[in-house]
Amino acid sequence: MKQSKYKGWLYLLPAILFLGIFMVYPLIDVVVYSFEEGYNFVSQTSNGTGLYNYRYVLRDPYFVQALKNTFVLVIITVPVSTGLALLISLALSSVKPLRNLFQTVYFLPYVTNTLAVGLVFMVLFKKTEYTDGMVNLLIRFFGGSSVDFIDGPHWAKMLVMCIYTVWIVLPFKILILTSALASVKEDYYRAARVDGTRPSRIFYRITLPMISPMIFYLIITGFIGAFKAYSDEVALFGTDLNSAGMNTMVGYIYDMLYGNSGGYPSFASAAALILFAVVFTITCINLMVSRNNVHY
Amino acid sequence: MKITLDHVTKRFPNRNKKIHEDVIAVNDFTFEIPDGKLIGLLGPSGCGKSTTLNLISGLEMPSAGRIFFGDTDVTNLPAENRGVGLVFQNYALYPHLTVMDNITFPLGNLRGAEKLTKEQMRAKATEVAKLVQISELMERRPSELSGGQQQRVAIARALVKMPSVLLLDEPLSNLDARLRLQTREELARIQRETGITTIFVTHDQEEAMSISDLIVVMKDGVIHQIGKPQEVYDSPCNLFVAKFLGTPPINVFEGCVRDGQVFIGEEAVLDVKLTGDAGAADSGDGSLPVWVGIRPEGFVPANDGRLTCALSKIEVMGRDTSVVSTHPSFVGTTIRSIIPSEDVTGIGGEIVRFRLKPSKVCLFDKTTEKTIGFEAR
Repeated sequence: MKQSKYKGWLYLLPAILFLGIFMVYPLIDVVVYSFEEGYNFVSQTSNGTGLYNYRYVLRDPYFVQALKNTFVLVIITVPVSTGLALLISLALSSVKPLRNLFQTVYFLPYVTNTLAVGLVFMVLFKKTEYTDGMVNLLIRFFGGSSVDFIDGPHWAKMLVMCIYTVWIVLPFKILILTSALASVKEDYYRAARVDGTRPSRIFYRITLPMISPMIFYLIITGFIGAFKAYSDEVALFGTDLNSAGMNTMVGYIYDMLYGNSGGYPSFASAAALILFAVVFTITCINLMVSRNNVHY
Repeated sequence: MKITLDHVTKRFPNRNKKIHEDVIAVNDFTFEIPDGKLIGLLGPSGCGKSTTLNLISGLEMPSAGRIFFGDTDVTNLPAENRGVGLVFQNYALYPHLTVMDNITFPLGNLRGAEKLTKEQMRAKATEVAKLVQISELMERRPSELSGGQQQRVAIARALVKMPSVLLLDEPLSNLDARLRLQTREELARIQRETGITTIFVTHDQEEAMSISDLIVVMKDGVIHQIGKPQEVYDSPCNLFVAKFLGTPPINVFEGCVRDGQVFIGEEAVLDVKLTGDAGAADSGDGSLPVWVGIRPEGFVPANDGRLTCALSKIEVMGRDTSVVSTHPSFVGTTIRSIIPSEDVTGIGGEIVRFRLKPSKVCLFDKTTEKTIGFEAR
């Protein structure tokens, strides 16, 4: 018995070593950095410990801007993309002809490179000397005045950002939901039909509860994904997100580490821990809400 | 409610796209189901039983023919307006709802003047639950129920809206043997108590025979025989029906009828007078080739018996004994006869001789496989 106790740990050792070096140690290190004031990579020294880093980050207008942007992005894109994906998958599962074609078309954005998609959005939205972009052409066609979506007012940039994010996360959600819908047994629908159930009641009382685990999964991963948004912003607005006013929390952390104004690991660590706290809180709330509404 | 199927046919396009010919699942069905009876649709798998049920429920529309409930033509009525209760083979209980919610679900669909309050729904559900004896399970989820309990819930859900017709698709196939026996009695009881015309589909002839008022034997989308279970068992209309009903199955021999005697091999085993068309044909001097079907209980061991078989073994099963033997003219491998245990004494050695009970013998035309009527002499 005694021998087998150590044996077990021996078998676990490779995994523990690996996870310890590459996951646990960095995590602890980030926490340590975030409390060390003015830590310097080169000299490996700091001016002392305390909450100064947190105070600085929370007072930094760029951080506050990034926080706001991230929250707007999360609150708008997660419900919109999930709802839209549900609508599209319902439509997809109810059509017979050309279903495969539609499924492929809807899945294309998923396999397209982020930066390539960014370029397409530039064509749609960016104002240049030669053109105002396709969307502006449309707006003007209907009698509106053109808006600079890329370098113009903040709301316009946010709008483009949201459309972009929804568009890029949609395929995965559609994929998940169409397979979830397909996994609901036909017999449930037949039973409901024989009982004379209206389509709306079938949807709310049967379809929705049956696919609720998948919807919940999409919402959780959607929240986390939206909080971690960064590359999409770069694709649209370039690397200098702070001056464009479109920075996100991950963007802020990156800038603090490596950006033009970089070299502040302490501030970056503090911001990272704030982001972690936010995501953790939201996920906990999600889990609590789901307990009563998700049927496994 | 009386149900009438009038020349109903259902065709499906062939899945194999290279074959343009449609698959005919149900071929020109015409029969009438009397009000308030328990009817068993019986046949081997793939014979169109479930399709017939779906046609009656309205989940499938017939390619031709008409369906009547009472005197109303419901052929073009969709399933939701027919008011039938349907119990699925896998029960199709909504897994996220409690038993109570499952049973009240159909009631929640009622609109307008028929709309019920929550209390009324619960009262109705409780009433039906009592009928199928699941009153103490109302707050459970389907996953917390045994197979038999789930089946009762499914029946309760189908019954709660007081359908004019109750349809059951293989209702007992998901239950274990003991539960199956118990549940089929239960089914018959529920049907008697409610008086709802009930049609159930099964491939198990024992199940159909034991509880149905009427059985419909089908094969390849064609009705072979309709009748009371005992009638169909005693006088099957053809070889298929005779083989399909009864366990152990009927023993079929190759034989012929000559000079008013049934011959199996060289032995004249029964003196008969053929009736009907075959009787007229027999008047000549030729011999008529036939299949001779003998039910297992039609063999009586006797020293002066006219059928001689080679004895293989004797299997004692308590109440009965089954004598396994062989005969060169037998179709298949072994003849199985069931004999009351007290009559077994004296059987042994190499051969066994049987006298045949004429009422347990059927003759079938060798080519058409249709029954040939005869009287024992």
